[in-house]
Amino acid sequence: MKIEIRNGRLIDPKNAIDGKHSLFIAAGRVVSTGAAPDGWHANRVIDAAGLVVAPGLVDLSVRLREPGFEYKATLESEMLAAVAGGVTSFACPPDTDPVLDEPGLVEMLKHRARSLNASRVYPLGALTRGLQGQELAEMGELADAGCIGFSHADAPLPDTLVLYRTMQYAATFGYTVWLRPQDAFLARDGVAHDGEVATRLGLPAIPACAETIALATITQLMEETGARVHLCRLSTRTAVAQVRAAKKVRLPITCDVSIHHLHLCEIDIGYFDANCRLVPPLRSTRDRDALRGGVVDGTIDAVCSDHAPVDDDAKQLPFGEAEPGATGVELLLPLALKLAQEDKQKMADMIGWLTVGPARIMAIDAGHLSAGHAADVCVFDPSAFWRVERGALRSQGKNTPFLGLEVPGKVRYTLVNGQVVFEA
Amino acid sequence: MNGNPQLNRNGELQHLLTLEGLPRANIEHILDTAESFVSIAEREVKKVPLLRGKSIFNLFFENSTRTRTTFEIAAKRLSADVINLNIGASSTSKGETVLDTIDNLSAMLADMFVVRHAQSGAAHMIAAHLNATARPYIHVINAGDGRHAHPTQGLLDLFTIRHYKKEFSQLTVAIVGDVLHSRVARSLIHGLTTLGTPEVRVVGPNTLIPAAAANLGVRVFNDMQEGVRNCDVVVMLRLQNERMRGALLPSAGEFFKHYGLTEEKLALAKSDAIVMHPGPMNRGVEIDSPVADGKHSVILPQVTFGIAVRMAVMGILAGS
Repeated sequence: MKIEIRNGRLIDPKNAIDGKHSLFIAAGRVVSTGAAPDGWHANRVIDAAGLVVAPGLVDLSVRLREPGFEYKATLESEMLAAVAGGVTSFACPPDTDPVLDEPGLVEMLKHRARSLNASRVYPLGALTRGLQGQELAEMGELADAGCIGFSHADAPLPDTLVLYRTMQYAATFGYTVWLRPQDAFLARDGVAHDGEVATRLGLPAIPACAETIALATITQLMEETGARVHLCRLSTRTAVAQVRAAKKVRLPITCDVSIHHLHLCEIDIGYFDANCRLVPPLRSTRDRDALRGGVVDGTIDAVCSDHAPVDDDAKQLPFGEAEPGATGVELLLPLALKLAQEDKQKMADMIGWLTVGPARIMAIDAGHLSAGHAADVCVFDPSAFWRVERGALRSQGKNTPFLGLEVPGKVRYTLVNGQVVFEA
Repeated sequence: MNGNPQLNRNGELQHLLTLEGLPRANIEHILDTAESFVSIAEREVKKVPLLRGKSIFNLFFENSTRTRTTFEIAAKRLSADVINLNIGASSTSKGETVLDTIDNLSAMLADMFVVRHAQSGAAHMIAAHLNATARPYIHVINAGDGRHAHPTQGLLDLFTIRHYKKEFSQLTVAIVGDVLHSRVARSLIHGLTTLGTPEVRVVGPNTLIPAAAANLGVRVFNDMQEGVRNCDVVVMLRLQNERMRGALLPSAGEFFKHYGLTEEKLALAKSDAIVMHPGPMNRGVEIDSPVADGKHSVILPQVTFGIAVRMAVMGILAGS
């Protein structure tokens, strides 16, 4: 199958390409950009006039909810949502039921995902058995089964000795440890940022230092152990400064932020909007602005959807009892586009946050359109607006704080391995 | 769910969920209406037919005898039919969600829900659900949601202050104790600031003061002596038993030493100061018995006024 995508604006941040070029794909791979290869005959020509042709997006956190939580979402629904969002590769956290702490479960997940012929799924293994925070998981076995790193998801890991050991062990074999910095004690029972909104609404609070203290612990353990760490979902301005300092002394550290935390802050909770119940909690406007600054100056390496479909029953509860999380994989690109427009950032840089950045963290060959490499492509219309509505979302989770919002950016074609897996 | 769901398009009270953002005119209308109900209690027949034929459901997801009783009395004095449901925290774990319960009871043609719940925002959620499902004619009164709000308590506190002090524009009010966990404090603060009280103080140790208290328009005092000095009104908050252990406070005794209201500390307030407490009191913890029973105390009148205020709220919501 030979596909030619012509007349589009080709943006490939890794190869510093941004211009009107054609993309030539054959046998699942990019053959060339710009000039047609000798003797080229396309089986299919996609006219991308007015559209952007970008590498398929790479998302650092998509919860598929399988196994164990099929009432929230299924592999089928969420894999469709991912390609509809232009996401062609993603990592999924290990907090399924059972937890991804056994190679068999990882193999099963990869097998099931492959059979759906959609995005590439990269599981993260559990850092500790059952995410209980006590015993090491079989990292070597899990890595052999296909795990690209080891994470504790949102499960608490209060025992610093266990954290130390997991990092020592991971460093031994060169695995990356993915951690969301949050002190389990300071965050206990909290549901909202310890600021003006929690004060007004009487919500149990999580102080910013829950994140910064855990982050300081992690960087010191990195110095001790030499472990490579990826920090998930920063939420505070101090954390951004801490990471900036850690990078200055060349610690092997990377970090990401969820797209929600770049747009929203505690005030968006309004009158207890359970769709704004997120982990980490939405923080102050100053924190949000610092996170945006961190993305722009490169302190924050990637922006992710932190996709977490939740069923209605688990959201139609008082704020503190509602299950945290928001569906996001279909909103990642539109919200990033909106952000780039608001902050006057180049579209190529924005695409970099969603491709080159996360691919580097996952250490996968993705997020670019280099000749000879797999043709994972996202073709989107940056000026088509659509309204975020329940019916417009393919994800089984309809839980998003952005319901009702008009957003720019509609994905027209998604290609994985040179095959069109989504078109609209 | 956003937008203040307690007022309808004409600015009339549709639900009573919080005093935050409730316009001064609405608050004063409730207080004025309550004045007229105070006298009913003094009659031989303590009933008016305002809500005859209306069904009011007391939905208590969190146990409370006192508040439920006052709502029940208020509803009965207005001739409504009252149905008490003590649902307790456990029933939700049996499978029925709060909103399922609401839908079921709505199908029994409820006119009003009086809701108490341990979670902040529960009453808002119910009101938003009724509004979103085109049943705005069913009213919700928040009888206490978590740490968030207890608007009828706030209103009865305002009523009591107005009764004894006439107006708010010259007053200094101190609210003392566990502000962090107190829905009573939050509601009273919003009510006082809306009515133009120039100085509202909160007094307590840092472990019991919320992080952004100053954003509520209050002055924070750690020192009780300074906090009650020259006050017109001292409101003591109840200290829940579970707060006296653990990391918030070392002991009830130490709390009393620093923040318990004694006659000596009260002497620093104005000579005509009034002392209030939402009840139930912990004598010897937040308040000393001679103060609770003394001439400055208006704690029992608060209870009496509470019924009139709840009658006023119910009457305004469902009586028109």
